[in-house]
Amino acid sequence: MEGLLKKKDFYAGLAMVLLGAGVTLNSTTYNLGTLMHMGPGMFPFILGILLTFVGILIFISGLMTPLEGDERILPESMEWRGWACILAGPLMFILFGEFFGMIAATFMCVFVSALGDRTATLRGSALLAACITVGGAFLFSYVLKVPFPLFRWGF
Amino acid sequence: MLATALSDLWYGFGVALEPQNLMWCFVGVLVGNMVGVLPGMGPLATISILLPLTFGIKPVGAILMLSGVFYGAQYGGAICSILLNLPCHPPHAVTCLDGFPLTKQGRGGAALGVTVISSFVGASWGITEMIFLAPLLVRVALEFGPSEICSLMLLGLLAGSTLARGSPLKGVAMTLVGLLLGIVGTDIETGTPRFTFGIQSLYDGVELVGLALGLFGIAEFMKSVNQFSDINTRYSNVKIRDLRPSRDELRRSIPAMFRGTLIGSLCSLIPGTGPTIASFISYAAEKKVSKTPEKFGTGMIEGVACPEAATHSSVQGDFIPTMSLGIPGDAVMALILGALMIQGIVPGPRLISEHPDIFWGLVASFWIGNIILVVLNVPLIGFWVKLLMIPYKYLYPSALFFVAIGVYSTNNDMFQVGETVAVGLLGYLLLLLDFHPAPILLGFVLGPRFEENFRRALLISRGDILVFVRHPISAFFLLLCAILILAQIYVRLRKPKALATADAPSAGIGQLIPGHNEAE
Repeated sequence: MEGLLKKKDFYAGLAMVLLGAGVTLNSTTYNLGTLMHMGPGMFPFILGILLTFVGILIFISGLMTPLEGDERILPESMEWRGWACILAGPLMFILFGEFFGMIAATFMCVFVSALGDRTATLRGSALLAACITVGGAFLFSYVLKVPFPLFRWGF
Repeated sequence: MLATALSDLWYGFGVALEPQNLMWCFVGVLVGNMVGVLPGMGPLATISILLPLTFGIKPVGAILMLSGVFYGAQYGGAICSILLNLPCHPPHAVTCLDGFPLTKQGRGGAALGVTVISSFVGASWGITEMIFLAPLLVRVALEFGPSEICSLMLLGLLAGSTLARGSPLKGVAMTLVGLLLGIVGTDIETGTPRFTFGIQSLYDGVELVGLALGLFGIAEFMKSVNQFSDINTRYSNVKIRDLRPSRDELRRSIPAMFRGTLIGSLCSLIPGTGPTIASFISYAAEKKVSKTPEKFGTGMIEGVACPEAATHSSVQGDFIPTMSLGIPGDAVMALILGALMIQGIVPGPRLISEHPDIFWGLVASFWIGNIILVVLNVPLIGFWVKLLMIPYKYLYPSALFFVAIGVYSTNNDMFQVGETVAVGLLGYLLLLLDFHPAPILLGFVLGPRFEENFRRALLISRGDILVFVRHPISAFFLLLCAILILAQIYVRLRKPKALATADAPSAGIGQLIPGHNEAE
């Protein structure tokens, strides 16, 4: 029993139970209908119950297996910088794309995400971003004609 | 039957050799080969990035290209395994075991040469199988009503989620999550928006491209960042003339090749057991039949030829259930099926008769593509080896840009880029909890059709849930489902020890390479 809080299956089961229960509850706000004439709520209702059940099974299997010595939920090295940069890159793309257009969006997306590597330098990242921006603008704007203005001032 | 098959195939070559289709096929295998070589890039992410770009071209060209990426990546993946000892693509993970020792002995070139030959042999067999088996399956499947389709899908989903690696329970959970994601959006029958939380962009449902790129792009990059710092490229100096295997090596690898092909084609017939499982089984089998099993792992050419042939015959065989029944066996096939659906083509047993150009064109393009790949891989081996040296730190930021613009261009909607980031973060959390995201895609693609047929079957039977057991074919599929579940329980309860050792090679590879996603 002890060490339960260190087990992956504990959290995995918990997450699935919560998700399943949430879906089941939420689906009752739609019309369930009858088996013959199923409403929009019936299928998610069934899936939600199944997911809750599977979650409980994962939980039980977590209880039954002994804790392995080297079991860890978080990876060995915490790459906070890498993770943050990878998530921030596309977000920069949204932000700069909305307001300044494709060139700025591309540059910022690549630049910010490139900084996620531990050995990255500001100069190297900017250089990479510049190359990708030129290539990307040519490919997507000129060749593929994606409707996304290269520049805009969208406030 | 042979005559019709040959004339259909002849027609298919006509389609595939049209200049435009030929070009798309070439682009597909070229890109596939490239991403296959690059450590940390997989065919799944690549196909999803290319998917939005195919909206503008005709369905045939689009499918030829996307499929080309898939089998092209298998050729590239082997190079990465043999020369760098990096099993970037799970199907080629076992190839490392004997491929890299061969490289160290200076026979890496010969191993690559044998790989190209066995790949071609395996693929050719897989394609032949598809030519004859797919029309047969279709003939049976055309008789299916909604209840049979439902039970068959259930079997496909169960097999896809429990036979893949990792805990079967977690696989089932992921399939359910995928089915639930498929529900998001407007209900087709009543028009009720479901699980949209009032967000306008979700009324059309979750975007396939966004979901796939979140799970296999962003989540994957988060897992691999800073993990590829010291790649050993010391041995990767291979020239064309090194590719020729010695007579002895060739003599030993030919029978292994055929055994691998056989195992691969058998594996491809069981839904859910894709190329990865085929290559593992074939390596184990080859070791069993060998007179010198103890030498495996020290550079046995058979240990390269057999799994490679198995992978390729299974890769081509994977297309059989996807194209003939509309039931994908793994995440890549789910994506290809999704691409068909985006093009407005209804997958299922009618596909071959309604769109013969797609089916036979695809079959013919497999052969053309494989020949192109052999031609690309032999003289250009030096180029591919150079490609291995591109550091990951330049690769993933560029890929992220392609992810962002790819998702944006599906609907010209920035919201979906945000959706992809959210999916990516959740996907990474799931990876940390040992969930494998591949079944999500399977459930997501099959979900809407599953629900539709489920509702229809019960409407026809006037709400009688037993209809699934009363129809004999449907009952047979359900019986198979039950056997599948019971067998899993039996195996787990009976000998957890043996299973643990059976899982060991894959677990070992998981540690060996942080960046690989079991999904491919």
